[in-house]
Amino acid sequence: MSAPAVPDERVAAVSPVRRLLVRPELGALIGAVVVFVFFALLSSTFRSADGVANWLDPASTLGIMAVAVALLMIGGEFDLSAGVLTGTTGLAVTILATRFGLNVWLAVLLSLVLALAVGLANGYVVTRTKLPSFIVTLGMFLVLQGLNLGVTKLLTGNVLVGGLVGRSGFDSAHLVFASSVVLGGTYFKVSIVWWLVLTVLATLVLLRTRFGNWVFAVGGDANAARKVGVPATRTSMALFATTATAAWLVGTITALRNTSAQADAGVGDELTFIVAAVIGGCLLTGGFGSAVGASLGALIFGMTSVGIVYAGWDADWYKLFLGAMLLLAVFANQFVRRYAERRRRS
Amino acid sequence: MSDDTALLEVRGVGKRFGPVIALADVSTTVAAGQVTCVLGDNGAGKSTVISLLSGVHRPDEGEIRLAGVPVDFAGPRDALAAGIATVYQDLALVPLMSVWRNFVLGAEPTRRFGPLRRLDVRAARETTRTELAGMGIDLRDVDQPVGTLSGGERQAVAIARAVYLGARVLILDEPTSALGVKQAGTVLRHIAAARDRGIAVVFVTHNPHHAHPVGDRFLILKRGRSLGDHAKGELSRDDLTRLMAGGAELDDLAAELDRP
Repeated sequence: MSAPAVPDERVAAVSPVRRLLVRPELGALIGAVVVFVFFALLSSTFRSADGVANWLDPASTLGIMAVAVALLMIGGEFDLSAGVLTGTTGLAVTILATRFGLNVWLAVLLSLVLALAVGLANGYVVTRTKLPSFIVTLGMFLVLQGLNLGVTKLLTGNVLVGGLVGRSGFDSAHLVFASSVVLGGTYFKVSIVWWLVLTVLATLVLLRTRFGNWVFAVGGDANAARKVGVPATRTSMALFATTATAAWLVGTITALRNTSAQADAGVGDELTFIVAAVIGGCLLTGGFGSAVGASLGALIFGMTSVGIVYAGWDADWYKLFLGAMLLLAVFANQFVRRYAERRRRS
Repeated sequence: MSDDTALLEVRGVGKRFGPVIALADVSTTVAAGQVTCVLGDNGAGKSTVISLLSGVHRPDEGEIRLAGVPVDFAGPRDALAAGIATVYQDLALVPLMSVWRNFVLGAEPTRRFGPLRRLDVRAARETTRTELAGMGIDLRDVDQPVGTLSGGERQAVAIARAVYLGARVLILDEPTSALGVKQAGTVLRHIAAARDRGIAVVFVTHNPHHAHPVGDRFLILKRGRSLGDHAKGELSRDDLTRLMAGGAELDDLAAELDRP
């Protein structure tokens, strides 16, 4: 009654090349190398230390969001309110510190509470109503966009809130969130450190914790996951809270850097986060993707947005590039998915 | 088979859904290390039997005894905790996840504690490999996505997982129905392997040719009623086929279809 123990003709079916191809990060890695070589050849500034620090900066804030959004997408959900929430949290920090005279740290903390409330509200409505998160968070997006403008104008009579400099706690908060680190004479933004730490952390959580296993399972097949005892609702809630926390971090970084906040900040960014995550190998249908891939996707955007300027081109070309990259990535992911789901008959 | 060897015993259970009598006065036993087959055509009440045993529904009449003690499950979790595991037709596997990640899903082994607590990947891989091997399943690679496995292999992984998770009673819902002849044969081997590990197996099927070789006991259902609960020695495969198809009805059909 033993199974056929002939170690067998099927093994040849999985070549190392194909195995490498189904790694979610591979496409983004190739893309990042190509984009770097391209702009490095075009512009010497791009490949200088100052240039590197310059394009790592936009990549870092985008990357923090892309990593969190990737986790959420692997878990099978979207968050269209993530972009405008970076504006909301930045406004909250600025308004609380300048108009209400709170210590900057306290304002930052209250802003985090606000972000978590938004994230958990998203998660609660999505898990409770089973409506698509796309539509629920689209609603939240519009609500927040309205609140950002309405409340800001109501309280300040303006769409720009400034004056963070000199408030109590500003210097230390600025040091943590918005300062620069000198490395070999070049100034690197501290947000790059946040980004790298979060990418490593997210990767560990995804691949090396029970929670990470649950994220893949809930995104891949929520019913199957529930049947074997995975707390699917709690997993989704935690993911929405994570995205909101990332939005808080980016909002805080931006506000402290600019020492001000704009009422329309972050609108439209939510799609860029999703695009970066998709370029990084996340499937729109969930259950597949990687945090490292999303970071590489963000890196591609950082390099391109700065590289286009260094190359002396009109910055409008950036959007064209964004669209082309997205289409390429979706084609690649489609291939991966077909491959992964194809049965090998024995 | 006497009552004291039965791990799971069903005594005169019935179930009604509104005005519909889904099941009436059905009895059988399942012993550890044996296979009880539940046979019947579509609508015979096979799914209702599964739902009662797995705690999805409660019987309106009769009782279910586990190891001699009457049980009353509030839900599937209760049944699972008591050691009754059900492998449904959809298998509850996530296609894009690797075999080992699926295998330990919901019961992942961890090491270290507190914030350092993490998945013990090596142990998970090793457990998957040894548990599958113990069931006579030879998978070339536990890192491949479950979606790339054949139907029979998926079924095997789901059965092995239920065994690993500590099932004493294993309920299999039509595990061979969507498979080709060869793969169905392999799944029957896995059922025998689970049986040989001392598990009481409830094998639900509509195919007497699959049931007869592996079954020790046969409960035949028709329109919610028991057509008989027989030990293996009492029935030949032909008897089983005839009972399944409704005996006389089949003869009538044969006569009707016979060319004049």
